[in-house]
Parts: sequence; C-alpha cells; structure tokens
Amino acid sequence: MSQMVFIEAINQAIAEEMRRDESVYIMGEDIRRAVYGATADLLGEFGEKRVLDTPLSENGFFGAAIGSSLVGMRPIVETLTSFMWVGMDQLISQAAKMRYMFGGQATLPVVFRATMFYGGGSAAHHSDRSYPMFMNMPGIKIVVPSNPADMKGLLKAAVRDDDPVIIFEDGTLFGMRGEVPDDADLPQGELVVPFGEAKIVREGTDCTIVGIAGAVNHAVTASNQLAAEGISVEVIDPRTLVPFDKQTVLDSVEKTGRLVIADPAHKVCSAASEIASIVAEEGFWSLQAPIQKVASEQVHIPYSPALEKLVYPTADKIAAAVRRTLAD
Amino acid sequence: MEIDRDTLLLMLRRMWMIRNFELKVMEVHEAGEFTGAAHPYIGEEAVAVGACAALEDTDYIAGNHRSHGHPIAKGGRVDKAMAELYGRVDGYCKGKGGSMHLADYSIGILGESGILGSSVPVAVGAALAAHIRGDNFVSLAFFGDGASNQGALHESMNLASVWKLPIIFLCENNQYAVTTSYAETVAVEHVSDRASAYNMPGLLVDGQDAIAMYEATAAAVKRARAGEGPTLIEGLTYRFEEHSLGLGRVRRGEYRTQEEIDSWRKRDPLDILEKTLISQQIATREECDAINADTVEEVEKATDFARNSPFPEPEALFDDMWANPIPLP
Repeated sequence: MSQMVFIEAINQAIAEEMRRDESVYIMGEDIRRAVYGATADLLGEFGEKRVLDTPLSENGFFGAAIGSSLVGMRPIVETLTSFMWVGMDQLISQAAKMRYMFGGQATLPVVFRATMFYGGGSAAHHSDRSYPMFMNMPGIKIVVPSNPADMKGLLKAAVRDDDPVIIFEDGTLFGMRGEVPDDADLPQGELVVPFGEAKIVREGTDCTIVGIAGAVNHAVTASNQLAAEGISVEVIDPRTLVPFDKQTVLDSVEKTGRLVIADPAHKVCSAASEIASIVAEEGFWSLQAPIQKVASEQVHIPYSPALEKLVYPTADKIAAAVRRTLAD
Repeated sequence: MEIDRDTLLLMLRRMWMIRNFELKVMEVHEAGEFTGAAHPYIGEEAVAVGACAALEDTDYIAGNHRSHGHPIAKGGRVDKAMAELYGRVDGYCKGKGGSMHLADYSIGILGESGILGSSVPVAVGAALAAHIRGDNFVSLAFFGDGASNQGALHESMNLASVWKLPIIFLCENNQYAVTTSYAETVAVEHVSDRASAYNMPGLLVDGQDAIAMYEATAAAVKRARAGEGPTLIEGLTYRFEEHSLGLGRVRRGEYRTQEEIDSWRKRDPLDILEKTLISQQIATREECDAINADTVEEVEKATDFARNSPFPEPEALFDDMWANPIPLP
C-alpha cells in the first residue's frame, strides 16, 4: 500500500496508461504546465505530440479528440465540468450518438476528465456537478470516484474502455489522502477497477446510504455520528453511474429497509432521483420508510461562503435524513 | 494538372450515380415508399466528386445533412445507402441512421452529421491522429455556407492551422441555408476569404466544374500530406432542388427567382464535364450516355435491394449502443 493524494492518483493513472499504450494521449488547456496538478511531468516523459495544450475551443478540441478516437487513438481530455457546456454539441451530437447512429461502425475510446470545482467560492460559472444531465443521454459511461484508489483504478479502466467515458472528478477531494494498493500486491498485477461494481464502504443494518463522489465521505462521517447513537448504517459507493450496480443497492435496502441518497448534484432529476426511482420500482416492498434524497438545493452556486455552504449535502444533513427514516 | 482518363470516367460515373440516385429518391419518397427527411444533392455533384477523386480510400471524409452525394463520391455503395433510406437492416447503419447519417468506415467515411458544422471538429480529429502517429492520410470536411458561420468551423480552422493538421475544409457554397441567402448571413464576400484569418490558403473554385474541384483538392491534399497544414476550399455551386423533400409543400413565400434557378440549371455539372470529355476526345457521347444508363440500372437494382431488405427486428433496438456492452438500466 502507498499513501497518495487524489491528484497524484490521477497523475499516476495517466502516466501508466500512456506508458502502456502509445495510442493514449492527453489534451486540454494548460496541461503542459499542469495548472491543476494532474498532468505534472507528462510533457517531459511523453513529449509535445502526446501532451497537447489546446486553444480555448472546447467544441473544437472535444471534437478533435472524438475524431481521433474513431481512427485508433485513445485520447484523454482534461476539462472542467463548467467548460463542458461550451463543447456540448460534440459530447452529445457526436460522442454519445455516433456509434448507434452509424449502426455500430464507430468505436469511440475517448475519456473526458471533468473536474467539479465546487465548494471553494468559485460561484455559479465554475461549480457544476453535471453528471445527472449526462445520465439522461444514452451513450456515455459516467464515473464518479470518491477516493484516490478508485480514482486511479477507474481512470485506468476508462482509458481501456472502448466507449466514451466522462469521469467527474470531485475537486473537493483533490487533496484527499488515501491508501492506494501497489501493483505488486494485487493478484492481477495492476489496479484497474471495473465499471458497474458498487463498493460497500461500510456495512450496517438499520439504513442504507448511497453516496455520490465526495458525498460518500460525508456519508461515512454521518454514519460515525449515528453509530454513537446506536444506529448502524450501510454506506454504498456506486463508483459508476452508467453502468449502475443496482443489485448491490437493492440487496442492501432489502436488509436495512431504509434508503438515504447523498448527491452533490442539484436535486431535481439528480443521480439521487434516478436511484430513488429504481428502488421505488424494484425494491418497494423492502422499504419501511420513505426514501430520503439529500442533494444540492435547486439554486445556482452563490459566491459568498456564508451562502455556498448551505447548498450541498453535509454529514449533518445526511445524518438528519437517516434519523427521519427511523422516526416513528 | 493532368488527370488520367480512368479518373475522369470514374468521376463522370460517380456524378451520374449521385444524380440518378437522387432522382430515384425523389420519386420513391413522393410515392411514399419511405418517410423522413432527405436532402437532394442535385446540382452540386461536381463538388463532392471532384474533391473525393483527389483522395485515397485510406483518407477520411465527414459530411452533413445533404448526405447522399458525399459517400457515393467517396466510392460508397448505393444499395446499402438506399436500404438505409428505407430503414432496412441491410442499410449502411442497419436502419439506425437514415438519410442524414450515412457512413462507411471501411472506406474512410466517418459519417454525415445532421447538426451542421458538427462533423468538422471530428474530421479535424482524424487529421490530428495522422499528425500524432505520423501517418500519411488526410481528412476532408464537407460543410455548407450556412455552417460556415458556426463556431465549430472557426474553432476547427484555428486548431488545424495552429497544429498544421492534414485536413481540407471544403465549403459547398450552394448559396442558401434552407431559405436564407449566404449574402445576408456571411460577413465576407466569399467564405474562402475567411482562410486568411486562420493563416491558410483559401481557394474559390467553380463548384460546377468537377475538374476544377479535383485540381484544387489535389493541391490541398499534396500540401496536407507534406505537413504544410490545412486549406480552405470554397466550391461555389447551387442546389437545383428544394432544401429537403416535401419542404415546398410547407414553405410560405419564395426565396429564389425562377430566373436564378434557370441560370444555374444551365450550368449543370454533368453537362460541363461531358462537354469537356467529348471535346477533348477523352470519351464519346455514346460512352457518356452508356455510363449514365449504367448508373440508372445500378440505382434500380439498389432500390430493389432496399425494398427487399427486411426491417430490423425489435431486438435490434438495443444493439450497437456500446462497444463494451453494459446492462440496460
């Protein structure tokens, strides 16, 4: 095991995949000088042709990444969620739709690493947590890592996947330190986390909390508070939203009878909404209390810290929701 | 520039193939044999055929909604194209794409896009792959005068120029975006004038003249393969028919005069190429007519192929979503 911060895990995954496969390259704004840290030292090792600083042209370079993937490259695009709006046409009209529209002729092994910089006073234009909007659009796999080990393993799986993938990197986790297994200690010799396998972060019997991205950690904090009150909580991290491992959630709810979903996205048509609907449709008879969604308030992200902190799920909000499911 | 006889005759064949394909499409669409949008390429055949004749099978193209001409010009199969329009399982996209989304990855046709300007960054991406890997292929993006106003075009031209990518930006200026004149919507006199803003050559070419289109494209391809970067070519042309089939029944008000349409119909790209071939004794009138008749027959066969091909089975609804499949939600 090695101790590593989240951003180092990203960097390590990219470098390892670029070393393993010459068709992997990375493009984005200001990546050669690694202004966000994740692309540190890549230029020196891999050179200018595989580490591309782009103009401010998301529609242009998202499309270029997509087009190159059609002819055998495996691009990794670094961007921010909030800049994805500028390149939406390429993400939706092309990346998501080409394979189906062309009857399976197109194969698009392209990865978009989209950072969600919320919670730090970035205001409405830099704080998007937009994965639910992409869940609504068939054709894109959606990854939401919550810790350094999963970040590394899921990014490596994304690069090897033959479909378009967006990894929503939770910026509140960039400094998070965690244990990352060393390759030598792994039976398969490397850390690759398969899509569609949820992780049971903590086992419990009274209530299930499904956490998305950074909210997983708030759910763990909440479950520690609740343990002191004698409430046993099971925490599940789906790790990928498309594909979504619904069986692990349904099995857990069958055991606990209660469900809270903690989701940093806006609460209307959120990932939490979708998970709630799955459990309502397929696990209704397991439920002993109404499902609780703890998601972001349906307002834009305000700049002032006094207001911003009111928006997102917190451990306290999650713990309160669990108590509601247990109230008589 | 010398063009060999085989190439010239192939160009004539592909132009007749497009013309007769489109005439057939208009006939069977009117008869209600299939529904959905279709945008005839009649009048513009020289642009795509001249351009694609300067490409190899290993080069890539991407196009737009007026989508039957590009794949046929690149050497695509009319039977699979027609079956796609009929929504049948033997169509190019197994009936999933239809008229606006023909593609043939076996010969570098990366696909037509119904969102205008949207396939241009994708074509740039193919050129980027050649640049990164050091491959020798080029990429060519078709777009219209309307799409020349899209941000995607400007982002793509800048990106391709900065990185010196092997791509040809080919504007088919048919002068109208549906009913809106390019003179009213493009701030420069010619789309090709925009090349100077991106530090690349901009060529204004007679889009009714297949040989002129071939020569301009061949020069741009040579430049691209030599690593000298992109070229913008504007083929000035005209759409002889309505924007899309059936639109004339809905539209209120005229946007082109009959005189204008007639004057362009007098510059039919097939007449122009045939006259050149005959006057230069490259082909006889009889040979030209035989090529025409041949393509009529091939289009008839393609139409029968389409009619006889089955519709996709219901299970096919869920096929082709993913390269690495995942469970349905």
